[in-house]
Amino acid sequence: MDPHHKRNQLLSLAGMCAIVLFLLYAQTYGTSYDVRILNNCALFIILAVSYNLINGVTGQFSLEPNAFVAIGAYTSALLTLTPMEKEISFIIEPIIWPLSVIHIPFIFSLIAEGVVTAIFGFIMGFPVFRVRGDYLAIVTLGFGEVVRVVANNAQTVTNGPLGLKGLAPYTNLWWSWGFAIFTVFMISRLVKSSYGRALKAVKYDESAAEAVGINTFWHKMLAFTCSAFFEGVGGGLLAHLITTISPTLFTFFLTFNLLIMIVMGGLGSITGSIIAAVFVTWGSEVLRFVEEPMHLGFIDIPPVPGMRMVIFSLILIFLMIFARNGIMGTREFTWNGVIDWIQKYVKPAGKGT
Amino acid sequence: MKRLLLSVMVLSLMVCVSSPAFAADKDDTVRIGIFLPMTGGVAAYGQMEYAGIQAANKIKPTVLGKKVELFLVDTKSDKIEAANAVDRLIKKNNVHAIIGEAISGNTIAGAPIADKAKIPMVSPTATNPLVTQNRQYIFRVCFIDPFQGEMAAKYVYDNLGSRKAAILVDIAQDYCVGLANFFAKSFILKGGKIVATTYCQTGDQDFTAQLSSIMAQKPDILYIPNYYAEVALACKQAAEIGLNVPVFSGDGAQAPELIQIGGKDVEGVVFTGHFEKKAASTELAKKYIAMYEKETGKEASGFDALGADAYFVILDAMERAKSINGTKVRDALANTKNFQAISGTINIGADGNAVKSLVLIQVKNGNFTYLDTVNP
Amino acid sequence: MDVTILLQQFINALSLGSLYGLIAIGYTMVYGILRLINFAHGDIMMMGCFFAFYGIFMFSLSWWASFVIAIVLTAVLGIMIDRGAYRPVRNAPRISALITAIGVSFLLENVGLVVFGGRPKGFPRPEFLGTIHELWGVRFLGLLIWTPLVTLLLLAFILFVVYRTRVGRAMRCISFDMETTRLMGVDVNRIVAITFAIGSAVAAAGGILWAMKYPQINPLMGIIPGLKAFVAAVLGGIGNVTGAMAGGLLLGFAEIFLVAINPDLAGYRDAIAFAILILILLFRPSGLMGEKLPE
Repeated sequence: MDPHHKRNQLLSLAGMCAIVLFLLYAQTYGTSYDVRILNNCALFIILAVSYNLINGVTGQFSLEPNAFVAIGAYTSALLTLTPMEKEISFIIEPIIWPLSVIHIPFIFSLIAEGVVTAIFGFIMGFPVFRVRGDYLAIVTLGFGEVVRVVANNAQTVTNGPLGLKGLAPYTNLWWSWGFAIFTVFMISRLVKSSYGRALKAVKYDESAAEAVGINTFWHKMLAFTCSAFFEGVGGGLLAHLITTISPTLFTFFLTFNLLIMIVMGGLGSITGSIIAAVFVTWGSEVLRFVEEPMHLGFIDIPPVPGMRMVIFSLILIFLMIFARNGIMGTREFTWNGVIDWIQKYVKPAGKGT
Repeated sequence: MKRLLLSVMVLSLMVCVSSPAFAADKDDTVRIGIFLPMTGGVAAYGQMEYAGIQAANKIKPTVLGKKVELFLVDTKSDKIEAANAVDRLIKKNNVHAIIGEAISGNTIAGAPIADKAKIPMVSPTATNPLVTQNRQYIFRVCFIDPFQGEMAAKYVYDNLGSRKAAILVDIAQDYCVGLANFFAKSFILKGGKIVATTYCQTGDQDFTAQLSSIMAQKPDILYIPNYYAEVALACKQAAEIGLNVPVFSGDGAQAPELIQIGGKDVEGVVFTGHFEKKAASTELAKKYIAMYEKETGKEASGFDALGADAYFVILDAMERAKSINGTKVRDALANTKNFQAISGTINIGADGNAVKSLVLIQVKNGNFTYLDTVNP
Repeated sequence: MDVTILLQQFINALSLGSLYGLIAIGYTMVYGILRLINFAHGDIMMMGCFFAFYGIFMFSLSWWASFVIAIVLTAVLGIMIDRGAYRPVRNAPRISALITAIGVSFLLENVGLVVFGGRPKGFPRPEFLGTIHELWGVRFLGLLIWTPLVTLLLLAFILFVVYRTRVGRAMRCISFDMETTRLMGVDVNRIVAITFAIGSAVAAAGGILWAMKYPQINPLMGIIPGLKAFVAAVLGGIGNVTGAMAGGLLLGFAEIFLVAINPDLAGYRDAIAFAILILILLFRPSGLMGEKLPE
């Protein structure tokens, strides 16, 4: 048992209060643009942390989060839209029966979409985990594409490419950050548990893990299903933030964004994923200046739309070449670490003066 | 060391962000925000529309005695980015009006934000009826799918005498699916028969299987309401397999690339478009075509003309409102009557949709030629 | 269904399948030797098309000269990508290489969007390839005769290089064990560079044929053919060059005949490739003609 357990709990509590205060401040004084970026940050924390559970912690490199997010988003949207709203949205083909009348409150829809996505992830896990390595990546990518194709075609359920619109904007700072904190809490508990240690064993050496009695298949399934649950809820929150969804939202592009985040943060580090999710979400808004016309003294640089994506692709390549461990490697943020760090660096400096 | 460097990079960028952006809060300019897909899957349409808006800005750089400043933000063809973009334009750049997006789905993502902030928004090419539904501040300068589909069906049935239509539709685009659907409904209503409906997806380039199975049904008209590149490829492949039926398309086909890619195989294709260069009646259209060709060296197309029209309609509303206040401009926009735009005369209806005439265009001898004008 | 239509669909499938196969050859060769899924293969193919396009329209070269130059330039591009992006991660975990490849793919697409612009461009087609031949009521392009010829030629060339030359022996050696090969005194980096050069050149040749069949090029055109070619490569047993060709044909037939048999399902056509991929990996992970699945 950690001798500083009590202290760390208190510090965590203080940290939470700080976040709540910050959110309150943002809610009151921030513009709707600031609030939107904060919401996006929280959503991408949820998505990146849960994606990292399967890719980083368990070491199973997969490319399916767009499928999970899509399923979560569609489930929640279909559940929270009122029958009237559905009727006016489905202008090409009417929606099929049970979905046309169902209408449940937002909170229940969050649970429902998590469960539906988790079930989907569980079923999908059976074929997916028969392969490993590069093949796993490609098969999961295939699943992502299949989900998108089905969403385009199944017009009586998803409204096809027209998508669903007019969702109530339920997602606010409290929902998104509340659930982000919940996700981080749950996943770090899982990683610290004996299951988590087994997952890490699977990552470093599958055969060795198998040899010490870990059922690698079921552990991978566990990670995959958990990841699916949180991705699904994240998808539902996303749907209710931007209030409209359609299959184009869930292309490989979404997965690419998440991939940059978890690679930048360090595959396997929850802390890293959080930092990188915030950094990429925020950074991609900041980087917009590269697409604006610039006046550098006497030279005028015309705007170059599209530079941001070039920069992000370069960042990904450079990370792989020069900083494969990302920001955090596989290390995590702990209060003990912080305090040790402070003691190590701040005290000598204090003595010096 | 590397890690430290990376952390420093991260931190410094974050500091960059938190410092207030240099939003020009001078009131000597009129700021118009543009959110368009400049990258991603539908980048072609966004880039074309932006070129049109730039040409329009060259023609008319001032309004109410103030300089018009354009702010372009890229949506990466993505909804999340589209919503961010609109919020950013309104809060960071303090724009007075917004032009965008090229695609209905992304316009719908941005619409509630502009609506809430009471900033008028005009979409050049979002044709889905849902875009302006229940929105006070959202307008468009293109015609909506039901109107275009109905007119296409009417022309095909009455003028071409077709009774058996086959449809090849891009199922990944709401524009194509919507148009195909309204065409089919009207065509059946008139007494025609849809003998085959088959699908392709954006990004696909091979339609031979679809076209061959259409050929088996022996239609007398082929309706392909897709974007120009796909229409051109489909026409080429239809000619290759020997499917010799007239092809009819929608306004998505109106781009010089249709002829450039399709060559002699798009000869005879008819489509419902917005304007035709030689038959362009308005003063603005002539000015615009000259300016666009001078600026880009390319022939004007439907996409860029509509981008420019969105710009002109906003400026016109500002002039009539004698203000750049969002609500006043909105009211003026809603009262747009007989505005002589590039793509003909635009009236804005009660629901924010443009009511305007439609032009039938045919490809003849490698050129777009004017056939007819259909009034609503 | 009437016989002419059926034959026509057969020709359609042949034409599409041989193009998939052609692109898959380069894919599978790089994989077979380096165990690297070159995610950017489709985008390298796109670059090849743009080189050829600009050769013809900007420098007014004749089409064949421009094709040759495009293929050479694409080979150089392949070497540069290897040198700049893949060589530094060669000794890293395999996943790092895959992530790098995804990064390269997005980089090429987005640089393409910035430099070439997103508007599609018409690709020229020499007269003799564009003529339409008719046989028993079935119509096909002159290109259809040439595609298999070019494919066979390239196939023979690759097989010759891999199995009959010293460089090829080194390539096969690398695919077994890179470290040992290095110890034997082989300049591994040079051999890998040659592999990439050949792989990219084949991609460019495939891309140019693709662009002549579907004469529209844009910076995103490589994505779908790239993915399909990968599926074809897996189908044939990845690493097996002949298998890739067979896999490509099979995929072409599967796609075309799904639509031919039930046109209502045409919207699901893109899912077919992945459904096949998943099934193959489930039931016959070594592919149809392949050896054992590598770890």
